[in-house]
Amino acid sequence: MQHGKYRFIVGFLALPLGLYALFVVWPFIQSIYYSFTDWTGLSPEFKMVGFDNYSRMLDDDIFWKSLQHSLLFALLLPVVTIGLALFFAFMINVGGRKRKNGPVITGVRGSSFYKIVYFFPQVLSIAIVALLFAFAYNPDSGALNSLLRGIGLDDVQPLWLGDPDLALWAVMAVLVWSTVGFFVVLFSAGMASIPAEMYEAALLDGANRVTTFFRVTLPLLWDTVQSGWVYMGILALGAESFAVVQIMTTGPGGPDYSTTVMVLYVYQKAFRDGQAAYATTIGVALLVVTLAFAAVVMRLGRRERLEY
Amino acid sequence: MGSTSAENHGTEGVGRRDLIKRSAALGLISVPTMSFLSACASSGGDDSGDKAKAGKKTAKNPLAVNDTAGMEFVLFDGGFGKEYAEDAVKIYEKNFPKASVKFSATQKIQSTLQPRFNQGTPPDLIDNSGAEQMDMGVLAGKNQLTDLTPLLDAPSYDDPGKKVRDTLRPGIVEMGRLDGEKVWILYYAYTVYGVWYSQKALDSLDEQYPETWDQMLAVCEKAKKKGMAGWTYAGKYPYYLPFSLYPMIGKVGGREVLDAIDNLEPNAWKHPAVKACFDAYYELYKKGYVLKGTPGLDHIQSQTAWAEGKALFIPNGSWVENESANVIPEDFDLAVSAPTGIDSSDKMPFGTIWASGGEPFIIPAKAKNAAGGMEQLRIMLSEASSKNFTGKVKSLTAYNGGTDGVTLTPGLKSGVAALDKAGENVVNPRMQDWYVQLQKEKIGVSGLGEMMAGRLTPAEAIKKIQAFADETANDDSIKHYKHQ
Repeated sequence: MQHGKYRFIVGFLALPLGLYALFVVWPFIQSIYYSFTDWTGLSPEFKMVGFDNYSRMLDDDIFWKSLQHSLLFALLLPVVTIGLALFFAFMINVGGRKRKNGPVITGVRGSSFYKIVYFFPQVLSIAIVALLFAFAYNPDSGALNSLLRGIGLDDVQPLWLGDPDLALWAVMAVLVWSTVGFFVVLFSAGMASIPAEMYEAALLDGANRVTTFFRVTLPLLWDTVQSGWVYMGILALGAESFAVVQIMTTGPGGPDYSTTVMVLYVYQKAFRDGQAAYATTIGVALLVVTLAFAAVVMRLGRRERLEY
Repeated sequence: MGSTSAENHGTEGVGRRDLIKRSAALGLISVPTMSFLSACASSGGDDSGDKAKAGKKTAKNPLAVNDTAGMEFVLFDGGFGKEYAEDAVKIYEKNFPKASVKFSATQKIQSTLQPRFNQGTPPDLIDNSGAEQMDMGVLAGKNQLTDLTPLLDAPSYDDPGKKVRDTLRPGIVEMGRLDGEKVWILYYAYTVYGVWYSQKALDSLDEQYPETWDQMLAVCEKAKKKGMAGWTYAGKYPYYLPFSLYPMIGKVGGREVLDAIDNLEPNAWKHPAVKACFDAYYELYKKGYVLKGTPGLDHIQSQTAWAEGKALFIPNGSWVENESANVIPEDFDLAVSAPTGIDSSDKMPFGTIWASGGEPFIIPAKAKNAAGGMEQLRIMLSEASSKNFTGKVKSLTAYNGGTDGVTLTPGLKSGVAALDKAGENVVNPRMQDWYVQLQKEKIGVSGLGEMMAGRLTPAEAIKKIQAFADETANDDSIKHYKHQ
């Protein structure tokens, strides 16, 4: 009966795999190849230079700074975003007090409204979000400092994006603001599929909200949390951090390189300095970091799957 | 493929779920990281000789343009818009009715044109400007540009007795060289850099524009008493500060200080004139004469605060009049001045100013119709086209003159007056076109920006900047230039 099984599989997969190889795998190989050349990106001529780009990268202070910031993005952003999102989702779906004649398990008052509020930033393009916050952070007339002045804190007027100690945090806060809603909705969907009886049983046993969350909700939601974790980490290493740093911060790259990240550095080397080969080298480093991040999260997050 | 020996693969069969999972994970990772990089992968251009044949050389057609060959022109669509170029294209089309001209304008010069350079099929004329400017040093170094000497030696559009090069403002031809005699770039606009202010605001303080730094501090003090900051600048892009700081260094210490800096000579930044000027600017910060919050403002925000009268002075270039047109009040009376010096012991007189070419036009080496591209530039350098540009976008052009009969706006008028006053004393620091990263990020953001935000002392800033300059001098992945 095994006869023809592989022909069947190959028949179905040949086209998608071919497309995948052509448009995903091949560019990878090409990029890695270019990292061993001195290609400028502005002319078709280049020659092989061996590991020159790699040894240069190891000596490059700005590369190390950008790596450090990228790692910080990848480690901290998912923790904060997913932590907040779990809290919000729990309160919206489970955390409410029992009301007369209402269902036993319910969210806090006005939870459907909150859901919309949280999700709203997701509708906006990250470029618009970054621009909006660039205005809010304006130390002269921005919303934040105006607010501080409004409540009498005239002396506390931070420079926000102009201050190397604050700029990175200010940028991260924007990413949290703009992505948390997506995870609230994702986790809400996950929580909706957890049977209400489990909660009722926990309630009957006298469990409070904190216990319910850690003993019931989180374990049953673990798969979703883990995927969200990887997804957020990749966003933080890639597209989103690029957009906010490029649009919002000084330079761009922040005062004294305080916000520069790897993707931005790749972009600057390839499209500003005419050093495409060196850019692909940093791109390879970024690939390694991203893969390592995903592997670590998958490994650390491995748990027994709960069936319900 | 249709293997009968299934046991070979028995335990580790393909596994649809695993495969999908793995490919999904890989795909997810690849998207933000690298796929965009290879989008511009070079595909080895073929050098087939499909260049346009030369046309007949006549008095009307000194560059021997083939009147049936197509011509493609890509313009940077920035602060100057595209109307001026469209008008010039119309003249080309009128002169060569059989030629088809393809004109396009974009803000994305590099993303649009980089792949075409890689394929060896670039357009015939490019305005290589804006945030996505392609690195000229790399282009010239890799033999991707056409020498513009034939254009400069051709008779000018208006007067057959005069060469094009004799109609240009001083410095334009020299700026187009990188090293050696060849001219790779023609800068079409002419920018005046300096300290911009409202004459009305200055009058309301009962003051003249200060010529020495003591006077400058006195004016700022007076302004402060009236609740107005003395200075603001593009805090997020502190590489606007050099627009007044570099000519000041030149004025205090002489041109050779600026040349040494451009040449990346050892200890160039340690010249006493640099220290004196840094100290002077730092004093603005120390005495609280810089608008509060300035280090967090971008160029638009700082220009707006300045136009609203929150600060008196701003270092900027002559594009500011067009760029801030919608926030500058009617009766603002915009003016520009050459930078204030230290005192009467300065090497160069008051009036020493930074003025130089802007909007760099290039013709690729692999252009099919290079003569057509040059002819288009020759048309743009005529008096009529130059006047058209000045009238439309409030900026001067490389054509020397071309302002008669044009109603000059206040800022432009003041720029022309400042150039007249400067006479020979025009300096042209090259940092910003020779070493982009050094100028913008290292000197600008990490050096001057940090100093003006009060996080570095002038001595520390100089030490840091000198280290950056040495690093660039020793980096052989960067092309190095020298003043000739």
